[in-house]
Amino acid sequence: MQVYLPIAEISVNAFLLLGIGGLVGILSGMFGVGGGFLITPLLFFIGIPPAVAVATSTNQVVASSFSALLAHLKRKTVDMKMGTVLLVGGLAGSALGVLLFNFLRSLGQVDLLVQLCYVLFLGVIGALMFVESLNAIRRANRPGARVVRRKHNWVHNLPFKMKFRVSGLYISVVPPLLVGVLVGVLAAIMGVGGGFIMVPAMIYLLGMPTKVVIGTSLFQIIFVAGFTTVLHATTNHTVDVVLALLLLIGGVVGAQFGTRWGVRMKAEQLRILLATLVLGVCIKLAIDLLIQPTELYSLTAGAL
Amino acid sequence: MIRLIMFMILLALPASADEEIVLGLSHDQVAITATFEGSNILVFGAVRRETPIPDKSELGVIVTIAGPDMPVDIWRKDRRAGIWINTDEVEVDAAPSFYAVATSAPMRDVLHHVEDLQYRITAPRKIRAIGGQVSDSVAFMNALIRIRTDEGLYQRLEGAVDLEQDTLFRTAITLPANLTEGIYEARIFLTRNGRVIDEYITEIPVQKVGLERWLYNLAHNQSLIYALMSLAIAVGAGWGASAVFGMIRR
Repeated sequence: MQVYLPIAEISVNAFLLLGIGGLVGILSGMFGVGGGFLITPLLFFIGIPPAVAVATSTNQVVASSFSALLAHLKRKTVDMKMGTVLLVGGLAGSALGVLLFNFLRSLGQVDLLVQLCYVLFLGVIGALMFVESLNAIRRANRPGARVVRRKHNWVHNLPFKMKFRVSGLYISVVPPLLVGVLVGVLAAIMGVGGGFIMVPAMIYLLGMPTKVVIGTSLFQIIFVAGFTTVLHATTNHTVDVVLALLLLIGGVVGAQFGTRWGVRMKAEQLRILLATLVLGVCIKLAIDLLIQPTELYSLTAGAL
Repeated sequence: MIRLIMFMILLALPASADEEIVLGLSHDQVAITATFEGSNILVFGAVRRETPIPDKSELGVIVTIAGPDMPVDIWRKDRRAGIWINTDEVEVDAAPSFYAVATSAPMRDVLHHVEDLQYRITAPRKIRAIGGQVSDSVAFMNALIRIRTDEGLYQRLEGAVDLEQDTLFRTAITLPANLTEGIYEARIFLTRNGRVIDEYITEIPVQKVGLERWLYNLAHNQSLIYALMSLAIAVGAGWGASAVFGMIRR
């Protein structure tokens, strides 16, 4: 069934969009990522104009994250206090990122920057998580192996300490704020929720327990993605609500399944799966940059 | 001097009015609805003449349909430090968002290149004012036409016009689903030995209707309300799915 999208101005298959939404929703529920890093390239691939794809996927991220967050709230795996601190940083970072994005667009080459950002961040984070998870699994399989205690690093020596009861942490608010800002900037530039950066940052930098990380990251993503959607809709008019609706119908259903499956898996397995996925997207994007494209030319809408 | 000017004016006008186009269209407008899958426009007509059919020259019919003109930037990638990035750019002031040319015989038989320059019939002539700092702007022009042809937006349909007994003609032009809104211009040319002898121009409005129209207007005129509505739908759907699944589990 073909559906004409009023803002994107093209006609696409409704079931294809439902499928993409569903797939991304499953990942969203399992890993606590918004799925923007996956949905945006997929939308490019089926021919949605990049500006519309980026803006609309932020709206879709709100829906699938909200659905997944409700499931996490029921199980009380959300650290609201930590989420709020991350959110304050995130909103500031998002505004900063939009300014930076517009500045880079005036210089041209913004596509290249976005792609390089994807390759760099996905590559580094994916590789780190993969190695770490493999080590964790190896440790777990060796009976009687000593569990390495979390060491105190520089993060624990900063001022403005705060108690985060749900995470079982007593740390400074500066690192979470900075993580929030970084994620906000990247979210605006790359058109993603930022979960794939925030989740590892929370685990490795802040030392939060994996189970709490996912719900908390969803909490923060909803607000940052919502804020970004409003910015895109009011400045560029590129949010396509029909496209978003189809994606999110698939997305919310997928997210519910994803959350269920995620609970049954061990944290290490969950992390290694996410790492594999992140690395896969990274490699695909890197290949696109390195191999000579079949069509050297591309068209963009000109300025009036 | 005056005679010379008169002569020039006469030359500039279509050669003779002995043969004229009478036209019909299957659609006088195209409505883009939520389930729009493209459209087929049937262009048909006849050649009206007071005199017997001239038998010493070849009659040709050319039908063009053009979407609204839009500026477009064409980029070319090159390898820099091992990766492929956009390096050269050519800006086009106005290229039709859709352009189909259908003819009754091979292009070179029905259209003289001088006439093509004057009436801007083939796609390369229709695209206007290429600017940029590159030496090979022709390659960029060809790329524009190639990319749009692959997307079904530019069509060169040689021999697609049926011409019967030098009088009746008909052709069907397919408008793809990824149409841009606007006033589409249909032009029909009658040629003899490649020279244009009559031209007929009509307009086909292409516009969104119903829900599509309403959403488009809302997004552009009241974008904040539109943004909040999108968010409300997103949150509502998220909550709805959660509630439904909660009930199923119980």
